[in-house]
Amino acid sequence: MNDLIKKSAAELAELLAAGEITSVELTQAHLDRIAEVDGDADSGVHAFLHVDADGALAQARASDARRGAGQPAHRLDGVPIAVKDVLATTGLPTTCGSKILQGWVPPYDATVVAKVKAAGLPILGKTNMDEFAMGSSTEHSGYGPTRNPWDLTRIPGGSGGGSAAAVASYEAPLALGTDTGGSIRQPGAVTGTVGVKPTYGGVSRYGLVALANSLDQVGPVTRTVLDSAVLHELIGGHDRRDSTSIDQPVGAYVQAAEQGAAGDLSGLKVGVISELAGDGWQPGVMSRFDESVQLLVEAGAEVVEVSCPNFVHALAAYYLILPAEASSNLAKFDAMRYGLRVTPEGNPSAEDVMRATRDAGFGDEVKRRIIIGTYALSSGYYDAYYGQAQRVRTLIARDFAAAFEQVDVLVSPTAPTTAFKLGEKLDDPMAMYMNDLATIPANLAGVPGISVPSGLADEDGLPAGFQVLAPVLADDRLYRVGAALEARLVKAWGGPLLDRAPGLDTPGSSLAGHSTTEAAPGSSLAGHSTTEEMA
Amino acid sequence: MNTANLLGFDEVLERFDPALGLEVHVELHTATKMFCGCPTTFGGEPNSQVCPVCLGLPGAMPAVNVKAVESAIRIGLALNCQIAEWCRFARKNYFYPDMPKNFQTSQYDEPICFDGYMDVDVDGETFRVEIERAHMEEDTGKSSHIGGATGRIHGADYSLVDYNRAGIPLIEIVTRPITGAGDKAPAVARAYVAQLRDLIVALDVSDARMDQGSIRADVNLSLAPKGQDTLGTRTETKNVNSLRSVERAVRFEMQRHGAILADGGSILQETRHWHEDTGITTSGREKSDAEDYRYFPEPDLVPVAPSREWVEELRGTLPENPTVKRARLQAEWGFSDLEMRDTVGAGALLLVEATIAAGASAQSARKWWLGELARRANDTDTSIDALGVTPADVAAVQQLVDAKTINDKLARKVFEGLYAGEGTPAEIVEKRGLAVVSDEGALSTAVDVAIAANPDIADKIRDGKVAAAGALIGAVMKEMRGQADAGRVRELILEKLS
Repeated sequence: MNDLIKKSAAELAELLAAGEITSVELTQAHLDRIAEVDGDADSGVHAFLHVDADGALAQARASDARRGAGQPAHRLDGVPIAVKDVLATTGLPTTCGSKILQGWVPPYDATVVAKVKAAGLPILGKTNMDEFAMGSSTEHSGYGPTRNPWDLTRIPGGSGGGSAAAVASYEAPLALGTDTGGSIRQPGAVTGTVGVKPTYGGVSRYGLVALANSLDQVGPVTRTVLDSAVLHELIGGHDRRDSTSIDQPVGAYVQAAEQGAAGDLSGLKVGVISELAGDGWQPGVMSRFDESVQLLVEAGAEVVEVSCPNFVHALAAYYLILPAEASSNLAKFDAMRYGLRVTPEGNPSAEDVMRATRDAGFGDEVKRRIIIGTYALSSGYYDAYYGQAQRVRTLIARDFAAAFEQVDVLVSPTAPTTAFKLGEKLDDPMAMYMNDLATIPANLAGVPGISVPSGLADEDGLPAGFQVLAPVLADDRLYRVGAALEARLVKAWGGPLLDRAPGLDTPGSSLAGHSTTEAAPGSSLAGHSTTEEMA
Repeated sequence: MNTANLLGFDEVLERFDPALGLEVHVELHTATKMFCGCPTTFGGEPNSQVCPVCLGLPGAMPAVNVKAVESAIRIGLALNCQIAEWCRFARKNYFYPDMPKNFQTSQYDEPICFDGYMDVDVDGETFRVEIERAHMEEDTGKSSHIGGATGRIHGADYSLVDYNRAGIPLIEIVTRPITGAGDKAPAVARAYVAQLRDLIVALDVSDARMDQGSIRADVNLSLAPKGQDTLGTRTETKNVNSLRSVERAVRFEMQRHGAILADGGSILQETRHWHEDTGITTSGREKSDAEDYRYFPEPDLVPVAPSREWVEELRGTLPENPTVKRARLQAEWGFSDLEMRDTVGAGALLLVEATIAAGASAQSARKWWLGELARRANDTDTSIDALGVTPADVAAVQQLVDAKTINDKLARKVFEGLYAGEGTPAEIVEKRGLAVVSDEGALSTAVDVAIAANPDIADKIRDGKVAAAGALIGAVMKEMRGQADAGRVRELILEKLS
């Protein structure tokens, strides 16, 4: 392994600026790493659904030319990045982890992708995810699961397991993720990486294939808090094409991270959310959490316990609002204009084609949520389900407002457990959903959150995450607190947590026996005479 | 195809009270679409005016066209509506290939305009039509079903979809049930749509062309037993696309409902298709399950909250109230009540106004639009504003008549030329050789010939029976193939026989 790839994006940016390395060299090193460890649906990390070596190298050459001319486009110009497959990329397939979009190449870039390109970051490829971002394990990808670099028999979290695993396995220094109920933060926690869900409206959603529009947010996936801050400043800001984006200047996140890393948190009030602990919370996760809280106290923060009584209803509300919005968002996948088309035999009507395509193209979790959402929005049930869920949402926002009257930030473990085994919760949706207990409230209220590695749980030696939540538009606090904690933890560990991850130099070695978690490809197509893709 | 039994119109009215409801879709002529920057021009190459947003591509997001909101508010104010201080868009979910997202971005329980009215004049009587709401939404694409007998999706060999229309802003204006119109129900429906169209034209927010679908009316009708204060089961007849058809569709449905109810049957709540050619409606899809559109607020858009200052500013841009305007024009033009009513009824008010503005006298403008042009519209089943004749053309024709270049009879031939698109009135006169013969020599000869051929009549005129001159004038005009000034002919005859 080329040691270059273990450096943070900020460090790589300095090396590029100093002319000590080229972007081509750096990009090639990451492509080599991908070739070495990523494998495929059956073995390896499988963080990527599509690797664009030629495109990335071409962008790297252009970056080197800019550097050579003394005109870098951005601090990160030339630092490669991976992009979650839910973001539209011109010329690169965008499948959202779904068979129904297999082969679809968007004619436009998501705003965040356009910003990343304009800043000169070579795009390595598109990362794996649960189908349409529905899941907490990336096992619901239509293209096979991603595996946790810490233990290839375990899940990397979800839905953005691909982005987190790519960063954790040094396949990419940076990645873009999306977070609807924890899809950036929970994978960050279980892979020992950093993930940020910005304030709702802080980053443009234009070109993000919506799961639940009122909850989705694009954010950074990195190995350090500072890297997230740099990437967040790059992708953030108002976009007139996203009506829900906030027309405010981007915050000084890098400055906040640098301040935090200096270590002094005096004057900061931290609230520990009392509802996010107790039964079902893994002791090793809680131990690392308690230690981290103690480190904040040592840094000068005042810590109090804060109650957010309505958080107990968050999961229920979330699993009505999300499916409701998703059921409508996913209606467009009907074979009429793009994506998969399955034409039944005989003389099928347009509706027959739609039905057959959706039956073949969507996985079980997607179908489950479409059914729930359709039901929740139905006449006669709307008030009892969708309406009631929106009222819970208001109550949760009030809990946050009341809490932030008392404290500057709220903290909790990011996820109740460390990474579970692939296949372990596939047949138990509720158990899977419980994994997002701590992350969901932030999405319901639109507040920002970060997950920072807090150490390894004693029971299984797997990473745990520490979550910081801040008021709307106070994302800078995430970076200040996150960087302060990170600095103290790294010092205590004597180096980054990821240094303790087992090597990945022999792909596939630990994978025996896991093929059973995958459905036979194409099995759901039985009975349909033809399938075709439309670009 | 017409298997419906109809009850006589008078009998319907003896036994039932009709209730009307009208839903009118107005396509705005904003430069760009409701939620994206694509142009809205009519008639472009199929699928040439589309982008990721109006094609509903994965990841694309809508952004509201402020100009469309402005038009919606102006329409609402002109209809005496309240303007919401805060309202949202909602998704109307249903699957159809011409809907790129399989939901239509519309408004549901929070329309931007609500609780208004319009006073409609029919035969000198005023009916107040209450407006329940006017809301914003996007149009769908346009499907063409190729093959099959009906031109509808069932039975077609294949279908083509043009998404140029998808996302064009629409304002849907919905009335409350209109009761108490009795035998005037068909006329009230027509007059409401005609007045609404005139209002839309005056507001300059739409092309307002029913023949191009920029105004589309859905007609709801139900009958209740006479004298009972209830509403019967309604049918909704979709896309009735001319004023005349609105009137006919109401009449037809009244008679059809009447026959079913008189027979002891019950009305099926359903959508019906209007057939312009045969003047009947046929069953569309049933609405018995009250299609569940699963409306919910559009999460990709923020609420629309027009400030009161803006609303008042827009109120200041409203054109003259149509009722007030009609009274003013009637006084200015010196029209009798009957003349005014006919003008409005023919949907020719704005056309007459524009013709007068182009230089014609009020009576001549009225004469052409309500005579020649209304007849032509009726004969060809065309909307009066879609004949290919503009107010400027009519004024130009009248100018030729006033200049004695042509007479009324020749003017009708000029109109024929205009229908056929042969050019301007002056060009048509030239090309068709329609000018009145003003050569006194030729006229004089023709008069002499006529006198010689009709000695009895000539004698009568010599005896002072001037009225007999008409027969000689006719003979001369026939001889001249109509291309003579009848007044001058009369003068010549009287001169020669005095």
